[in-house]
Amino acid sequence: MLFLQHILNGLLAGSYYLLIALGLSLIFSLGGIVNLAHGAFYAIGAYLAVTIGQRLGFTAAAFISPVAVGLLGVAVERLLLRRFYKADPSLSLLVTFGLAMVIEQALRMIYGSPPLSWQIPLQLRGQVVLGDFFYPKYRTLLLAVAAACVAGLWFLLRRTPFGRVVRAGVQNPDMVGALGISLEPYMAAIAFLGIGLAGLAGVMLAPIFTIHPAMGAEIITSAFVVVVIGGLGSFWGVVIAALIVGVTKGMVTALGFPQYSEAAIYLLMLLVLLVRPRGLLGERIVRFE
Amino acid sequence: MTGPKGISRRTVIKGALAGAATGIAGFPFISYGQSDVIRVGHLTPRTGFLGPLGEFAVQAMDMAVAEINAGGGVLGRKIELLKEDSVNPQTATTKAERMVERDRVACLVGEISSASGLAISQVAERTRTLFINTGCNSDELRGKGCKKYMFHIESQNSMYVKTCGRSLLQDGMVKGRKWFSLTADYAFGHDLLRVAKRFMEANGGQFAADKLVPTDATDFSPLLLEIRSAKPDLVISNLAGNQITNFIKQYVEFGLDYPVAGFGFDTALAWAAGKGNFLGTWPLVWHHMIQTPASQKFVADFRKRYNRPPENQAWGDYNAMKLIAQAMVETKSTDSTKLVEHFEKGAKFPLMKTRDGYFRKADHQMMHEMYAVKALAPQAQKNDYDLFTSSGPIPGPNEPLEIIAATAEENECRMA
Repeated sequence: MLFLQHILNGLLAGSYYLLIALGLSLIFSLGGIVNLAHGAFYAIGAYLAVTIGQRLGFTAAAFISPVAVGLLGVAVERLLLRRFYKADPSLSLLVTFGLAMVIEQALRMIYGSPPLSWQIPLQLRGQVVLGDFFYPKYRTLLLAVAAACVAGLWFLLRRTPFGRVVRAGVQNPDMVGALGISLEPYMAAIAFLGIGLAGLAGVMLAPIFTIHPAMGAEIITSAFVVVVIGGLGSFWGVVIAALIVGVTKGMVTALGFPQYSEAAIYLLMLLVLLVRPRGLLGERIVRFE
Repeated sequence: MTGPKGISRRTVIKGALAGAATGIAGFPFISYGQSDVIRVGHLTPRTGFLGPLGEFAVQAMDMAVAEINAGGGVLGRKIELLKEDSVNPQTATTKAERMVERDRVACLVGEISSASGLAISQVAERTRTLFINTGCNSDELRGKGCKKYMFHIESQNSMYVKTCGRSLLQDGMVKGRKWFSLTADYAFGHDLLRVAKRFMEANGGQFAADKLVPTDATDFSPLLLEIRSAKPDLVISNLAGNQITNFIKQYVEFGLDYPVAGFGFDTALAWAAGKGNFLGTWPLVWHHMIQTPASQKFVADFRKRYNRPPENQAWGDYNAMKLIAQAMVETKSTDSTKLVEHFEKGAKFPLMKTRDGYFRKADHQMMHEMYAVKALAPQAQKNDYDLFTSSGPIPGPNEPLEIIAATAEENECRMA
């Protein structure tokens, strides 16, 4: 029974890798930017949640903070990232890595190094108990939010004219341009969504993780592992990979080796890449080959 | 990240020339241009997972030096503080060497990571420069790694374990009890686990389970499920830094109600867990609610300067700087070898506690009082800082201070 609970817990734990990895994957697939500052935006989301939440409460923070982070993302895209869409990928790696360091240090200067305290709102405390199964209410909400994001994004990308242009842009931006469609506003919208999702992850995880300036650096590697296992640019690949990563960590702990739970996901990534070099569901994207 | 402050280009050039000159002349300890300030080198992690504590250390050092200089300095000379982020053992070594060999600091102070502390102590020993460790806990630094020129104002793991252990013994949490222990999977955690296990076995407790946790793990949910199904009598944390905050936050989230205690702790972690969330029994080397006049003055001054109460790490660096200044005055010298002799003779230092402290000659560990703190009930946690109640000083007034420290058999130190 405990084992089963570990599997279930792993699936649920996958939901927060998902929140972070989705945005990372989104920005990569359209602009080809590997955004190393994604974790830093997650940190901004968490810090803003505390700043806003202390004045207006948790719910207001949960709505305002991701939007604010998303708008910041648009500004960064307009001023910085757009210059690197056609450049050597190593340049965008460098610039986003630098940006991550600037943001981390800025948070340290504004808020100080010691972690901030922030908690689950009273109404969301407590646990759901179903027979032998038991789970905190808050994580159930987390799962619902992640599921809503997946559904919303899927609908947006697969069922709307907006999504059709974005998907065409992923495959062949020049052809989209030749058809008279400017990708610029789409890029901005994707930056808003992708980076806003990082902000949302920050808001949602702030009550259960430590809020400190380097919190972004702490999760960015796991998020990359999820994106790489799932396949760069693949929507469902990322979703499945997040769940697999969550379950793997839980399994390794259940088997009695919690000390290897972090290392296990890198081993998993290695195995997946040996068998499928583009990741589980990675598509062939001509311009990245 | 931050560069050394107050070093002019000229000093750098002079230093480089002097360095070159010593190289040619072959005098390792040439004393050139005795300046009219006493330089003190401060190294501590300011970024990374120990950065939060490092910030308190730096603020406390600044405050101590400002106070000393405002009072006329030491031996008529001002103290000049050189501060650096120690980052990791390699960087710590490079920066310590530069401080000693180029900047000619009189002594080195600081550090929190035991690995970096060991690295700095090797530079200190080789260059015969006094190093006061203000934040590394591992017993190994006082045992196998002990050094003639290294002194520890921070308590060792054994002292932390025995301090919290007393409170657990009083509460009947050891004999015949099953502990579920979580240990940070790196040098500090392993050292702490070894000491904790020795204490538990000596007092008749046993492990329900004993799990290692990767230092980069943020999600404790699988372990919390394990704890829930193991139904232990006590959950023990040998975790470190932000891990502890993550653990407490998620323990509350999961609504588990087994008592929690820990053997390594810092007040900032309680503040980060937050009002209404903080729980458990923990040992501290000092905290802001100690009711001695010196402690309360320090708290008030620190609050006025930095707008928040000082943390135990602030206590360590502040008092290290103050006791160095005191020792320099008492020996009328800034020479490290003389200071080491003075410390080894058992010089006493007021440490804002009820009894004076002294460095034990055998392993250079500061002998002083410690405290076990217990979280208040969630409703009783009224403000963001005063989240716990404290035991009186441990050891008590009629006991020798050495009673909580590791014995020579437990942790042997052989100094060269």
